[in-house]
Amino acid sequence: MADINVLEKEVPQTNYDGHHDDHHGDKFQSSFIDRYIFSQDHKTIAKQFLITGMIWAIIGSAMSIIFRLQLGFPDSDMSWLQPLLGGWIQINPTTGLGSIDPQFYYALVTMHGTILVFFVLTAGLSGTFSNLLIPLQCGARDMASPMLNMLSYWFFFLAGAVLFISLFLNTGPFSGGWTGYPPLSGLPQASDGSKAGATLWILSLVFFVVSVLLGGINYITTVINMRTKGMHMFRLPLTIWAFLVTAILALLSFPVLASGFFMLTFDRVLGTSFFLNEIFVAGEVLTTRVGGSAILFQHLFWFLGHPEVYIIILPAMGLVSEVLSIHCRKPVFGYKAMVFSILAIGVLSFLVWAHHMYMTGMNPFIANIFILFTLIIAVPSAVKVFNWIATIWGGNLRINSASLFAIGFVSMFISGGLTGIFLGNAAIDIQQHDTYFVVAHFHIVMGVAAFFGMFAGIYHWFPRMYGRFMNETLGKIHFWGSMIGAYAIFGPMHYLGMAGVPRRYYSFENFDAFAGFASMNQFITIAAIATFFCQILFVINFFYSIYKGKKQTEMNPWGATSIEWTAPVNCGHGNWEGDIPEVHRWPYDFGRHGRDFIPQTEPLADGEIDGGH
Amino acid sequence: MGFTIGALCTILLSVFIVQIGKARELASIVRNDPAEQDEINKFQAGLGMIFMVVFLVACVWSFYHYIPTSLGWGSNIAASVHGPEIDYLFNLTLFFCFIVFVLTHIALFWFVWKFRGKQGKVGLYWAHNEMLEMVWMIIPSVVMTFLVIGGLQAWNNIMLDFPEDEGYYSVVLPDEGNEKQYIEIEATGSQFEWYIRYSGRDGKIGTKYFTQINDKNQLGQTWSDEKNMDDFIASEIVLPVNKQVRVRITSRDVLHNFYIREMRVKMDAVPGMPTYFHFTPTVTTDSMRRRLKNVPEWQVPHRNDNTKQRWEVFQYELACAELCGKGHYGMRKIVKIVSEEEYLEWLDKQEGGSLVENVDSTNANSVSYSFEKGSVKSKYFSYFKDGEKEFNPVVDKIDNIEHLVENKLLVAMCVDQMSTLRSSSEEGSDEFNTAENALAELKPLLKAARLYTVDQVHDSYDNLNKARGIVKAAVVEKNTVDPVTTVPVDTIAQ
Repeated sequence: MADINVLEKEVPQTNYDGHHDDHHGDKFQSSFIDRYIFSQDHKTIAKQFLITGMIWAIIGSAMSIIFRLQLGFPDSDMSWLQPLLGGWIQINPTTGLGSIDPQFYYALVTMHGTILVFFVLTAGLSGTFSNLLIPLQCGARDMASPMLNMLSYWFFFLAGAVLFISLFLNTGPFSGGWTGYPPLSGLPQASDGSKAGATLWILSLVFFVVSVLLGGINYITTVINMRTKGMHMFRLPLTIWAFLVTAILALLSFPVLASGFFMLTFDRVLGTSFFLNEIFVAGEVLTTRVGGSAILFQHLFWFLGHPEVYIIILPAMGLVSEVLSIHCRKPVFGYKAMVFSILAIGVLSFLVWAHHMYMTGMNPFIANIFILFTLIIAVPSAVKVFNWIATIWGGNLRINSASLFAIGFVSMFISGGLTGIFLGNAAIDIQQHDTYFVVAHFHIVMGVAAFFGMFAGIYHWFPRMYGRFMNETLGKIHFWGSMIGAYAIFGPMHYLGMAGVPRRYYSFENFDAFAGFASMNQFITIAAIATFFCQILFVINFFYSIYKGKKQTEMNPWGATSIEWTAPVNCGHGNWEGDIPEVHRWPYDFGRHGRDFIPQTEPLADGEIDGGH
Repeated sequence: MGFTIGALCTILLSVFIVQIGKARELASIVRNDPAEQDEINKFQAGLGMIFMVVFLVACVWSFYHYIPTSLGWGSNIAASVHGPEIDYLFNLTLFFCFIVFVLTHIALFWFVWKFRGKQGKVGLYWAHNEMLEMVWMIIPSVVMTFLVIGGLQAWNNIMLDFPEDEGYYSVVLPDEGNEKQYIEIEATGSQFEWYIRYSGRDGKIGTKYFTQINDKNQLGQTWSDEKNMDDFIASEIVLPVNKQVRVRITSRDVLHNFYIREMRVKMDAVPGMPTYFHFTPTVTTDSMRRRLKNVPEWQVPHRNDNTKQRWEVFQYELACAELCGKGHYGMRKIVKIVSEEEYLEWLDKQEGGSLVENVDSTNANSVSYSFEKGSVKSKYFSYFKDGEKEFNPVVDKIDNIEHLVENKLLVAMCVDQMSTLRSSSEEGSDEFNTAENALAELKPLLKAARLYTVDQVHDSYDNLNKARGIVKAAVVEKNTVDPVTTVPVDTIAQ
C-alpha cells in the first residue's frame, strides 16, 4: 500500500483526468449522478456529510425548542403547534389549553439526543472534516477506498431516512432516551415508543454503525498508508492526528454498540432475555424472561458511549488547534504534548465508561477504578487547554469568525470540562447523577464545544470547499449570539442541578422541591429560541455564501502552512494537478526566522532543524 | 395570529441582518483598506474583554442569587449523616474549579486582547517549553490526586453495605448506640408508582418473586415465607430520625431510580436485581420546616394552597431519577422523618387495623378475630385460596412461645378458617371432625399467644422488647403449651 503514492507520483495522471476542470470530470465522475449524488470524491462526500448534518441539526434543535417551550411555558397554549404535531398536542377539555403529550415529549428528547450525538456531531463533524482534510492535508488524491467512502455516506443517509420515517409512526418515535436502556427499550408493552419506534431506531443506528465503520477504516488506512512523500507522522497537522485517533476509537467501540443492539433486537423479537429479568409489565408476568441483566446493556452501551463523546470532541480539538495556530500566526504550543494528550485521551476513553453507571446498581467497588481513570483523563485535557491558551500568547491574532469560534471552543471546553470533575467523582455523582447538572455539563463540553469546533472549521475551510468566503459580519453575530446564548441556556442549568432537579422531567409541578424554578426555565427557553435564531443566520450565511459569497482570490487566503491550500481553488477529483507536493517540515512554522510562515512544502535550509522533531 | 406575526418579524429581522452583513462586506471590498483587519481585531478583542468581565461577574452574581438552593448551602443542606460529606466534597471541588475557571478565562480573553493582530507584526516562534508544560501537567495531577482520594474515601464510606455475616441485622427499631442494627424497608418501582414495603414486627422483609404478582399481591410476596406474614405496604415512607435505614430497591418492570434529594440518596431500581442504599436521616420533617421558616424563599404561599406558606407544608419527597416512560415525572412519594415515638405510633396503626380481637367480656376464653384491613386480609385469603403446600411446615415450625407470638396472626387465621369450615359442614362429617380437631389444638395456642402478649403487656412496638424479655423469661412455660400443631393442608385447601 505504501507504494501507491510513489506510483501515483510517477504516473500522476493515469487514474485521473488530466484537466481538472470544474465542469468536466474524470472517468469516475462523468455524469451528474456520479458527480453530485453517488460521488466518490472525498470533497463532495464531505459536503454531503456537512449539509446532511446541518439539516439534521436544524431538525434536532427545533425539537429541543419544542420541548423547551413545554418546560418554560407549561401553562401557555401550545395548540398553535397542532398543524405540525397533530395528535401529539393534547387539548385540556376544561381549560381548552393545548400542551405536548408527555409520551411525545420523551420522544422529542430521545430524538434530539440521538440526532445531535450521532447524526450531527459524529457524522456531521467527523464525517465532514475527516473526509475533507485527511486526503488534502496528508497529500493523497482521495481516500484509500473512495467506493467505501461513498457507501459510508449513503449508509448514513439510510440511517437518517429510517429515523425520519419513525417520526411519523402512529405510536410515535422511540422515547426511551438516547441511551435506550432496556427493559424500557426492550419491551413493547412498556411504552408506546418502544413499539415500532424502537425497532426503527435500532435499525437506523445499526446502519449508522456501518457508516461509521466504513468511514473509519478508510480514514485510518489513508492516514497510515497514503501520506505524501516526506509527511512523517510528526509532520501531520493536529487535525489529522485527531481524526486518526477518532477513527480508531470509532472502529473499536461502535461494533460493541452494534452487538448490544443485536442482543436488544433478539430480546424484542426472538424472545431471548439478554437484558430482561423477572419482569411484570402491563399486567402480565413475563414468566420466561429471566436470567438477563439490564446493566449488561449499559456496559455495552457506554463502552461505545464514552469513547463516543471523545469521537465527538477530538475532531473539534484538532480543528481548533489548527485554526487557532494559523490565525495566531504562531506554532501550536507543545505540538508533541498535544499529540500525546490526544493519544492519552484516546486510550483512557476506553477505561472510563462506567462513570456513567455509578448509580445504576453496578458493584460500588468497581467504581473505584473508574473514578481513578476518569479524574486522570482530566490531566491530558488540562494540558490541552493550557497549550491552547499558550498558543495565543505572543501571537498576532487575526480575529475573524473562525478564530472567534476557536476561542469560544476553549472557553466552553474549560467550563464544561471542569464540571466533569464533579461528576467523575462518584461520591458527588450520588447527588448530581441524572440532574440538570449533568445536562449542563455534557451540553457545554461536548455539545456546544464540539459545535464551536465545527463552526471554526466551517468558517476556516469554507473557501477550501466552495472557493468563496462566508460573510464575516454574519459570522461574528453568529459567534457572539451563540457564545452568549449557549452560556445563557446551560449556565443556569448548573443551579437547577445543584438544587437537585432531575433531568427528563416533563413537568416539575408534582414536586415541591423542583417546582420553584419557573422563571429560570422560562429564561432558558427564551435563550434557546434566541440561540436557535442565530444558528438560522449561520445556515442562511452558509447557503448564501456558496453562491454569492466573496470570491477566494488567492490560493492560500489564511497564510496556512499545510498543503491543502496548495491545490487549486476549484480542484477536481484527484486534488492536485500534476504531482502531489512533497513535504519537508512540520506544519507549524509560523513566525520562524522572522517570516510570517513557511509552508510545509519548502525544503529545510541547511542546518535547520524541523520544528516537530 | 401571534405566531404569524412572530414568524414575520423573525424573517424580516433575518433579512435585515443579512443585508447589513452583505453591505459591510461590499464596503470592505470597495475600501480595500489593509488596516481594516486591525480595527476588527481591536473591536472583537475588546468585546472579548467585556464578555469576560460580564461573564465572570454574572457567574459570581448568579451563584450568590442561587445560594439558597445550592448544594450544601441555604435551605438545600443535607438531612442525612453521609450527606454533608457529599456537600463538602462538592463545594471543595467547586472552590478549586472556580479558581481554575476564573484564571483560565482571564488568561484566555486577556491574551486575545494583548496579542490581537496588528499589521506588519510577526507572531512569536515559541513552540514549546518543557518546564512550563511539566508545571501545568503536575499541578492538575496533584489537585486531582487530592480530589480522587477524598472522593474514594467518601464513596466507599457511603456505599459500604451491611454484610449479614458480620453481625448486621435488620430490626423494627434499632437500639440506641447499636450500630449493627438497621431498619430495612423495600422500595419497588413500577410504571408509574412506588411501592414501599415495611418489614412489620419481625423486622425482616419477606421474599417475593415476580411470578406471584397479581391484583391482590402487587409485589409478588411468597406466602410460604413466614417473614411476609406481617409485612405491609405503606402509602408513604415514615422513618425515625437518627436511625440507620437500609433501602432495598427493586423494580417490577423497567429501570427506576430511588432519589430523595435532601437525603443525598440515589440508586437505580433494576428488575431482577435488588440494589441497596443505606442512610441515616438526621433532620425530622418538623425541624426542617422550622428551619425553612427563616428562609425568605419559603415564606411565600404554596403554589397549590394559598392558605399555607411553603415552609408549613414542606415534605421530603421520593422521586424517580431514571427515565421509565411517560409517567416518569410523577412518581412522587412523601417521606416523613419523625421522632421515634411518632414512628412507633405510626407503625402500630399500620398493623393494628389488620387483626381485630373481639373479646367477650363475659367469657375470657371466648375470643374471636376479624380482619378489617384489606391488604392484610387479602394476603391471607389469597394464601388459603391458592392452597399453598408450604403452609404445613410454617405451623410446624412454631415450637417456642416467641415464635408463636410472632405468628399469632397465622394461627388466628387458621382458627378463622377452621371455624368457617366447621359451621359450613354437616355435623359429623369428615370435614367437621377435622375442623373440630384442628380447632381443639389451635385455640389453646392462640390463647397462649394472647396471654403472653395482649393481656400481660400492652401490645405495641415501644413495649415490644420488654414483651420479648418477658416471653424469654417465661420460656419454661413453653413446655406447658402443646407446641406442635399439625393442620391438615388438604382440608384447609378446600
